[in-house]
Amino acid sequence: MSPQMIDRLWQAFLDTLVMVGVSAGIAVLAGIPLALFLVTSEPGGIFPAPKANRVVGTIVNGFRAVPFIVLLVALIPFTRLVTGTTIGVWAAIVPLSVSATPFFARIAEVSLREVDAGLIEAAQSIGCRRRHILLHVLLPEALPGILGGFTITVVSMIGASAMAGAVGAGGLGDVAIRYGYQRFDTTVMAAVIAVLIALVCLVQFTGDLAVRRLRAR
Amino acid sequence: MAGLAFDSLRAPARWIARDQPSVAAAPAVAEATETRTAGTVRFEAVSKTYLSAAGPVQALDRVDLDVPAGAIFGIIGRSGAGKSSLLRTVNRLEDPTSGRVLVDGEPIESLDTDGLVALRRRVGMIFQHFNLLSAKTVRGNVALPLKAAGLPKQEIAARVDEALRLVGLEGKADTYPSRLSGGQKQRVGIARALVSRPEILLCDEATSALDPETTLTILNLLRDINRRLGITIILITHEMSVIREICSDVVVLETGRVVETGPVWRVFGAPEHPTTRALLEPLSRGLPADLASRLQPHPTPGTATVLAITFAGQAAPDLSALAAAAGAPVRLLQAGIERIQGHAVGRMLVAVDAAGPDAEDRLRGLGGTIERIGYVAADD
Repeated sequence: MSPQMIDRLWQAFLDTLVMVGVSAGIAVLAGIPLALFLVTSEPGGIFPAPKANRVVGTIVNGFRAVPFIVLLVALIPFTRLVTGTTIGVWAAIVPLSVSATPFFARIAEVSLREVDAGLIEAAQSIGCRRRHILLHVLLPEALPGILGGFTITVVSMIGASAMAGAVGAGGLGDVAIRYGYQRFDTTVMAAVIAVLIALVCLVQFTGDLAVRRLRAR
Repeated sequence: MAGLAFDSLRAPARWIARDQPSVAAAPAVAEATETRTAGTVRFEAVSKTYLSAAGPVQALDRVDLDVPAGAIFGIIGRSGAGKSSLLRTVNRLEDPTSGRVLVDGEPIESLDTDGLVALRRRVGMIFQHFNLLSAKTVRGNVALPLKAAGLPKQEIAARVDEALRLVGLEGKADTYPSRLSGGQKQRVGIARALVSRPEILLCDEATSALDPETTLTILNLLRDINRRLGITIILITHEMSVIREICSDVVVLETGRVVETGPVWRVFGAPEHPTTRALLEPLSRGLPADLASRLQPHPTPGTATVLAITFAGQAAPDLSALAAAAGAPVRLLQAGIERIQGHAVGRMLVAVDAAGPDAEDRLRGLGGTIERIGYVAADD
């Protein structure tokens, strides 16, 4: 590989990190409240609101149903509204976040649901208000599961970010398509795949380690 | 009733005082040994109906009960008798369908969120499966009620230490619950329930998940808390042995109805309802198998009469008077007399050589209930 190509690869690697990192941050900030809402607003939950629960649940399912490549294009007007542009890394972050948030919310929801109802009852019995239950019971008890779900989300976002080249966002997937596939540069293709594998392994390893630490308590 | 009215006048002042941080952490230890006002609970025609897929299920059916201040009040019954539902109406984890519950003479059904939170700080609860937060240390678990009440950090620390000392877990403050044994977990549960200085402690099958030895230590701890801190304890259990061990009063529930209630010695000594008798069965000694196989329904020459003498709260049996009343050699075959709250309760089986009906009458004069079981060969 030429020094320029190595440079290009490095730049693409950084683009991927930015896209995935920022979108993952947004997915956590938006996904956890969304998951808490889905769990607690059910009938019999601590903030029962069955109608709103059904509406939000349907919207979440709607976004989950659209393939990312379609979402990428369909969201172009919204992306322009938010970032002022429809190309580049930041333009890719919008659809990536929109796609990852419901995905992560559903995974976090499963972990929150697994928190023993007896714990919520015990918290109520000692005079905890609902916000204390969210803060001291639901979130900390579900944290290992949520963290495991976050790892899965990040890994699938690394995959999805490869499609962001379609809006000129760059990133590793873009390099692999343009140089590895369209210009028949097998070395570049292999290098991109190797970097992606290493990245995914690192994310998974770090996530697993953190979950193990939490569960070991 | 006078005491009840007095309580209801004082109660609101105590609720407020409890939430206010004390000036310094130092008095906390002194307060630990101070006797607190025990709470009272009164159930008035409490009914509870659940809607299940199979139709409505009546869990509680017009339960009327008075739990006096300072009692260790046992609620016993089979699974599904409504014990848990009844207990959980006291801190409103469940609301009755009809009827009402009064804590310290005040009805609790109309409390708003703040009132309910204040009530729950006066009514502690411990659970069969402990329900400790796995993500928090022992200290974090015990501190949670005070944290939720918004107490200053210093006072929280002092009161958590005090509560942990009370249950004998001083050294485990920074351990996570998963590293504790069942008995230790329940001690954490008790500390968490007591750290708000409640006047009533609800125990929901608190020892059912523990082995017999640990059960005894936890029951001793509960008795100690009842005596030293003057906290009223209401406990539910399906084990009569738990009731016998620590309760002062007992109520027997069957399909949501109260079938028998009273002081433990009386209910144990002379159970009236078949359900009570069935629940007591595991504790009672049956006829020894070898004896039962040789028992004859009618006397034949050379047989001794087997009599069962049941004591239900009378003075302890006087053995020499017993021998004198029998007027013939008396052999003790089996005996299980216990003292419950200072009353002799239980049954003894004796063989009396050549006992006539007049001997039985004389024995009856000693104060137990006599029942002729049958006859065995005298030399057995």
